[in-house]
Formats: sequence, structure tokens, C-alpha cells
Amino acid sequence: MTEVVIVGAGMTKFGEHWERSFRELIAEAAIKAIGDAGIKGEQIEAIYGGCMASGRFIGQEHIGALIADQLGLNPIPSTRCEAACASGGVALRNGYLAIKSGEHDVVAVGGIEKMTEVSTEEASFALGGAGDQETELFHGATFPSLYALLARRHMHEFGTTEEQMAMVAVKNHANGMLNPNSQFHREITVQDVMKSTYVAEPIKVLDCSPITDGAAAVILCSKEKAEELGLGGIEILASEQGSDTLSLADRKSLTELRATKEAARKAYEKARISPKDVSFAEVHDCFTIAEILAIEDLGFFKKGKGGMATEKGKTTLEGEIPINLSGGLKCGHPVGATGVKQAIEAFEQLLGRAGERQIKNPQIGLAHNIGGSGATAVVSIFKKWGVGE
Amino acid sequence: MKDSAPLNWRKFPERYNLRGNYCEECGTAFFPARAICPKCRRKGKLVKKDMPRTGKIYSFTKLHVAPTGFRHETPYYLAIIELENKARVLAQLVDTEGEKVKIGAKVKKMFRKMGQADKYGTITYAYKFRIVK
Repeated sequence: MTEVVIVGAGMTKFGEHWERSFRELIAEAAIKAIGDAGIKGEQIEAIYGGCMASGRFIGQEHIGALIADQLGLNPIPSTRCEAACASGGVALRNGYLAIKSGEHDVVAVGGIEKMTEVSTEEASFALGGAGDQETELFHGATFPSLYALLARRHMHEFGTTEEQMAMVAVKNHANGMLNPNSQFHREITVQDVMKSTYVAEPIKVLDCSPITDGAAAVILCSKEKAEELGLGGIEILASEQGSDTLSLADRKSLTELRATKEAARKAYEKARISPKDVSFAEVHDCFTIAEILAIEDLGFFKKGKGGMATEKGKTTLEGEIPINLSGGLKCGHPVGATGVKQAIEAFEQLLGRAGERQIKNPQIGLAHNIGGSGATAVVSIFKKWGVGE
Repeated sequence: MKDSAPLNWRKFPERYNLRGNYCEECGTAFFPARAICPKCRRKGKLVKKDMPRTGKIYSFTKLHVAPTGFRHETPYYLAIIELENKARVLAQLVDTEGEKVKIGAKVKKMFRKMGQADKYGTITYAYKFRIVK
């Protein structure tokens, strides 16, 4: 079966783009990615676009068609993928599968969310759609409160502390300082996090990812086609997806995300690697507890040891397994774009283009994208492939 | 929350009586009711059943930032409660002093007003829980 490579990447700065529209953002990211790949737009055969809640945020659906239109790429097929905050990861996986299947050779994958057109309250309502409307939102639950329920249980079973969670935020803010596309460039301390107000105990404002506008895009290519065109990039060794119950109350365990574990197990198997072969990972840290869950569920640390590993600095830029070099979702979380942005960080790091936050000679990168409170998870594994002519 | 008359009407048994179902084959209880037992698949036999009204706190949080319609109630507690038949339910805790809210604390189902979408909207009622000694 054919192998799939990423040959170009582009993204907008993540932040509050009040002066720019949804269509301008996705066009910017896609045009940059096409330029970066060094191909012509006309060579693209299909588009997959991740977007969670444009209907709620800007009143616009039919995003697949909008993207193809704005890129001047009609009449090629263009499909929207929605899986809450994992929409970008799912779009990437569908683009990958479209090439794997042999149907296409060159595919554009995008992710976008325009979240600042509405009030914070309306944005929270839109994001709430990722949970169970009937048994969670109806009872007054919010997304921070669902992750707070996960955090409380982790603290209860393993002694994880609020300070350890705060250290995730401190680290990711520090990494974000080195990323020009990050929404925030502000160093914070554990004390800053601890002093920030509670949103849903034990989760505080600085444990949360922000509301962000942004878009990201990558160009995928079959290996044969990339070789024919003289393109370089990174190889997607695996892209796997798992699911779990929509509502938290239905899960057997609240200290692990089964969808992550399942996607990771299959991805490692397909890529024929183990967690210790991974040089760095971008994981879904919508709230700080989510990063602690992720680094355990992905097999980097034993269950219950994620908080301590963070405290010991094992996940910093210089640590044994750097986590969220881009700044993670602290770098901004335009929900539909996040999964694609994670792949872009892998692309930049593996090609040695990550600037100040570049780690030394990475071999394997991993991206982990979650939808809702863990009802969807996508895990993709990347390897440096070659430099174009 | 969306204000929908058909939705609110069909939810009466679930919201008022904790009606779910259980699988006669493996004995697992489901709340809300499921169309298929994930374990027994087609061999399962699902029968309607009201859930027990008492259980224990499995996890909890105190909300300070509430969604639309709940702002006047902040701060309030949300918990995942494990009922006596092991089914779990997410619900608000009411009539409860903060220091008593702990994992493992015993709780009992109450019947309470949930809210009203707007001035002319449907008033909804549902289960909430309170701590018992």
C-alpha cells in the first residue's frame, strides 16, 4: 500500500483576528501550505477541512464547499470533518486515508475555527455541543467542569496536585514564548496559575486553553508522487482514531481516556514503534489535567505518574520527552484547527525548521487530538522522510 | 440549553423518575436507557427500569463560571454519582454544605426545578441530589 507524506505546511497566527474573516483565515493557511510544498493548486485532487462549530460561531455551514471555493479549486471534492475539538485530527486522518486507499495522490487538509465573533457565553454554548447535551449540558455542566471531574478523580486516586497541573501551564506558556504563531507570549509562574480564579474547582483560569481564531493547513502526497515531483517532507507512519462514550458518567474509569489508549495502541502497532521511540509529542491540553492524562495514556509515563513527571521537568523542552513544544493548546485553541496545527509542529520539528524551540535531531513525532471530554481521539505518528530537491 | 417542547415532554420519565433500563442477560444498568447493551449486543435483552434513588459521590466540582441559564446559581456543585446498581449519573448537588462534599459521600435523589429558557419558555424539572447522613 502506498505511503503518505506531508510536503508542505502553513498556518495563520493564532489569536483574536477581529479584523479578518473565516474565509480569509483558511485561505491564508492553505495558500501558505501550497506555497511551502512548492506545488500548484491545480495539482490538488481533494480537500478535507476540520471545523467544529462554524454554524454556532458564524452561522455558516457547508465549510467543505466554502474552502474549495475560496481557494479557487472548484470543482474538486471538498469535505468537512467534525469531531468537536478533534475535527482537525480527523480531517488529517481522512486525507491520509484518501491517499492510502489509492484514490488520490495529492490532498489538502485544513483546520479552522473563528471563535471571537460571538460573546464568551455564546462560545461556551457552542463548545458545550462537544459534550452530552441531554445528560451534561442540561444539568449546568461546562467543559471546564467536565475536566474538573476528571481532575478530581485523578487527584483522589493518585495524589496529583493542583501545583502539578499548574506546572503544565507554566511549561506550555514558556514553550509558547518561543513560537511566533502563539496567541500568548507571556511567561507565567506556578503562583500565577494558583492565584488565578477558579472556573470549576480544581480548574482555574490559567489551567484552561483560550478562545482563539486561527487556521492551519498541510499538503499530503503519496510517496510515489512526491518522489516524482521532487518534494521532501515527513512521513505519516500511522494515523489512528478511537472513540468512547459521549458522556463522562458512562465511563468505567475517569482517570484514563480509553479513546486515546486505543488510538495510541493501534498507532504504535502500525508504526512499529513503542512510546520510548517518540522524540517529542504534541498532546491535547485543553485543560492542564488533559496533558497529564495524555502523557500517561500515550505510554510515556505510568498511570498516575504524569503529575510527578511534569513536576520533575521530564516534559520540558530539555526533558526526556518534550511535550507541546508549540505551546500546546495554550498556544491558542481554534478547535477545528488544533489537530492540523499539531501535525505542523511535527513537520517543523522533524525538518529542523522550528527556530528557537527546535529540539536536537528528532526522529519521531506524535500528535494527539481529543474531541470533547475524550469521546474521540486521534493519534498520528510522523517520521522525517527526506528533503526535496 | 435548547427549549424544545417535544424534548422536554419525552424526557419526563428519565428526568422525574430516573428511568433507564437494564440488560437481563448481563445485569448491567443503563442511565439513560440505551437501545443496545454494548456488552451483550444482540443477545442482550433491555428492560425499562427506574434507577435506585441513592448512591455515592464518585467525583465532584464546584462551578464558579456557569453557562447561560445557570448564572444566578453560582457557585454550585456538580457531581458524578454512582447509584447503588453501579450506574453513574451526572447531576447537581443541592441543599449541601461545602465541607460535606467528598468522594464517597452518600447522596439521595431530589426533584427540583432546572430552569426556564426565557420568560415564555418551558419550565423544566429534573433530578438533583443532596447529601444524606
